[in-house]
Amino acid sequence: MTRHRGRGIASINYPIGMNLGGDPSQALVHSNPSGKFTVALSSIDLGQGMKSVTRQICAETLGVPVEDVYVDTADSDTGPHCMGSFASRGTHRVGNAVMAAAREARGVMMEAAAEELEVNAADLETDGRGNIHVKGAPHRSISTKDVAIAAQFKQGKTISGRGIFLVPLSEVNPETGEMSPATCYAHACLVAEVDVDDETGEVAMVRMDSAYELGRALNPRLVEQQLVGGAWMGVSHALYETTEPHYPEAVHGPRDFVEYLMPGPGDICPHDIAVLERPAPDGPFGAKGPGEMCANPVLPAIANAIYNAVGVRIDDLPITPEKVLRAIKAQGGARPQARR
Amino acid sequence: MSKIPLQFRHNGRDVAIFVDGGTNLLVALRELIGDMTPKFGCGQGGCGTCGVLIDGELHLSCLTLAESVAGRSVETLDGMKQGPNLHPLQRAFADNFAAQCGYCTPGMLMAAKALLDRNPSPSRDEVIEAISGNICRCTGYEPIINAILAAAGGRVSA
Repeated sequence: MTRHRGRGIASINYPIGMNLGGDPSQALVHSNPSGKFTVALSSIDLGQGMKSVTRQICAETLGVPVEDVYVDTADSDTGPHCMGSFASRGTHRVGNAVMAAAREARGVMMEAAAEELEVNAADLETDGRGNIHVKGAPHRSISTKDVAIAAQFKQGKTISGRGIFLVPLSEVNPETGEMSPATCYAHACLVAEVDVDDETGEVAMVRMDSAYELGRALNPRLVEQQLVGGAWMGVSHALYETTEPHYPEAVHGPRDFVEYLMPGPGDICPHDIAVLERPAPDGPFGAKGPGEMCANPVLPAIANAIYNAVGVRIDDLPITPEKVLRAIKAQGGARPQARR
Repeated sequence: MSKIPLQFRHNGRDVAIFVDGGTNLLVALRELIGDMTPKFGCGQGGCGTCGVLIDGELHLSCLTLAESVAGRSVETLDGMKQGPNLHPLQRAFADNFAAQCGYCTPGMLMAAKALLDRNPSPSRDEVIEAISGNICRCTGYEPIINAILAAAGGRVSA
């Protein structure tokens, strides 16, 4: 029995969002009598941080503290329409919708403040701490809370805004085949190192090194947690997960967590990540999306690393020990390739 | 089926309930006591999110007969915080981004507490061993391992 070390590389170009009949998301922003703001969405936060990042985007656009913004989401009965949390589209599509809604709400808030301070709204600015003041004259100031109270009880205005971000369907040009399926692309490159056991066919992860370019990272810690967790999902797809058994009868398929295999805490490896930021011109504050794309480069990198280690090319996922072993036997033994 | 009276300590408080024979501890805690912190994941010991401490030892409540805890002390995540303050493990999980969807978190925290209560300075391998019965689908485990090591080292921030 020998363990063979192999190294593989993969690069990906990932379109943000999708092109299946138009890709819209909507947001509504309104102020409460307390001067705090509610963002109404129906976009789902599965734990990836959508609520945090839309809260940041709204606060930044309104010019108020992040503590003054509450994101109410995940109910499609009460929130405006969202296509969903997939295709790395949340930050980009929903973020843009929130930004548009917050911009409109900010316009009304500044008009209401202008009326109270008896100045032109164009001469006002927010300090990001809950106050609006005349540019160059911070003492001529009103709190966002007092603006909200004045708008609602005196002026009879709603401080609110509507936002939609729609990437329209891109039709294929029948003459040339050209289309524009996405408005921006994220990129990644990942090097995987594995050990392949030529007696058992088992593949063990040794380490991963990656670089992800995903526009501006609006919340770097959330981006990092997505990349760490997403790479694990990539390893899981590459080596473990299948609802179809590697045997012909469906009855042998996994029915629960005992039989549906995934890598456990003992199967992970060190992963060094570099985040590169190239802001997208049409992203909210330049953001693209780190979600789904973070799992993608892992699969081809591992397949390439296995080829590098033992010389077998498996093009069917997941790459189970059985498949590796059969392929090694079919070629008459492991054939380690040149170490790169 | 006749009801069976059952008394035990739940997070330091005496409780008395009536259970059907064969009721598991997870159902007793969630439906009869109203402690929703142990989660139902798989119902057969494969995922770890229903983990609780019985007399300080980690058990899967979905595989534990409720009757078997009579007179014993059951500790759940609901009893982990110290008054208004988070337990150092909870603080470390937050600081290290060790939860995303959060469904595995109760079981992870109980498994980690069981470890640190008997071994305050575990090695990385001991941490991995302690949570190897728990499935997490979001984090890739690394932030959870780091959080437990941080809590053990008394470093509550990342």
